[in-house]
Amino acid sequence: MSKKQIKTTVNGVEHEILVDSTWTLLETLRDHLHLTGTKEGCSNGNCGACTVLLDGKSSCSCLVLAPEADGRSVTTVEGLADHGHLTPVQGAFVDNSGLQCGFCTPGFMIATTALLNENPRPSEGEIRLKLAGNLCRCTGYDKIVRSVQDAAERLSKA
Amino acid sequence: MPNFDYEAPTSLAEALELLARPGEVRPLAGGTDIIDQLKSNRRNADLVVDLKRVPELLGISFNGAGLRIGSAVSCTVVHKFTAEHGGYDALVDSAELVGSIHIQNRASVGGNVCNAAPSADTIPALLIHEAVAHTSSISGEREIPLIDFFAGPGQTVLQKGEILRELVLPTPSKDTASAYLRFIPRNEMDIAVAGVGSLIEIDRATGNVLKARIALASVAPTPVRAYAAEESLEGSPISAEAIDQAADLAVGSAVPITDVRGSADYRKELVRVLPIRTLNKCIERLG
Repeated sequence: MSKKQIKTTVNGVEHEILVDSTWTLLETLRDHLHLTGTKEGCSNGNCGACTVLLDGKSSCSCLVLAPEADGRSVTTVEGLADHGHLTPVQGAFVDNSGLQCGFCTPGFMIATTALLNENPRPSEGEIRLKLAGNLCRCTGYDKIVRSVQDAAERLSKA
Repeated sequence: MPNFDYEAPTSLAEALELLARPGEVRPLAGGTDIIDQLKSNRRNADLVVDLKRVPELLGISFNGAGLRIGSAVSCTVVHKFTAEHGGYDALVDSAELVGSIHIQNRASVGGNVCNAAPSADTIPALLIHEAVAHTSSISGEREIPLIDFFAGPGQTVLQKGEILRELVLPTPSKDTASAYLRFIPRNEMDIAVAGVGSLIEIDRATGNVLKARIALASVAPTPVRAYAAEESLEGSPISAEAIDQAADLAVGSAVPITDVRGSADYRKELVRVLPIRTLNKCIERLG
């Protein structure tokens, strides 16, 4: 085991962190930067609760080693809203009740943000396919899909 | 997680020096398999060598000689590149089936190959396109036809200190089409109960099949080719009867096990059905 000094931009702020080579990015965000919006679910890339944007691409932070993030930029759910103003994606999840317990919601919002950056007008099938890596055990997904469709609508008018 | 050191070399030469160090040295490309395996004590490591900053492993290009895929190129990039270039439809099909989009953004096709899961989705596509694995170590380079690359579940013929550098796929003729399909219980994001890649090349003048390639996933300890099925298709026109006969023969190339994903008998039935569907998809794609 070795320590590595990394420089990583998290939600627009550069952090210099002394990390252990065996830490995951998820542990680093939650336990060392205290950004606990990103959740730990399965820890093996199935559930998507830990989804963050790594250099703009959605990634499971449980499957990224902390030193891999050196020189890269990370966006977590805390980095979406601007001074308390929710993004269209966040607003759409609230207004469509696209959540119940909320555990999966940060991952879904990050995944939706990435999806709509890539494809601003996804079909319902595309939404279900591209969000298949995020599991929700409460809602049955319909409200989440509606939230994503509404978010796409809001972004197209923004 | 076991204790290990981490290095991120920025050249192939530096990476190969690190990989030759004593002890358990693990290359990491996307990390989506190896990090999970380290966490669950299925593989061990003294040193993890991150290959994502090695420029020699990050290229994907297409020229007269074929398609070259650097071993650390992500599934997302391979999917987009091959979808734009055409000619390797089975690879387009399979690169977007590996895990979720979050996994595809990180996981490399080279890593999918080196992880050597019998169920790996990209391997049948690479096999039917006759991929050759180009490897490097401090003692030299090797070119290994991909069909000879696998030694068992999770095992390859790579030696200590040797890594997959790139996959090279020859250019298919314009009268070639390929397709990959797998069966999973969900609609998306799961591990194949069985997967089949098919490729056919047609002689437009006679309508005869010049070349047929069929590869099977998740039905043997390694990915396999269905040679008897391939041979039965070559030299005569493609027809529903010929496809049916090839599908029957493909079953003979499968030696599946019964596990949590499906019984051996069920997998054999899938190996009868999926060649029919993939070959029909090839015909559709040939137009």
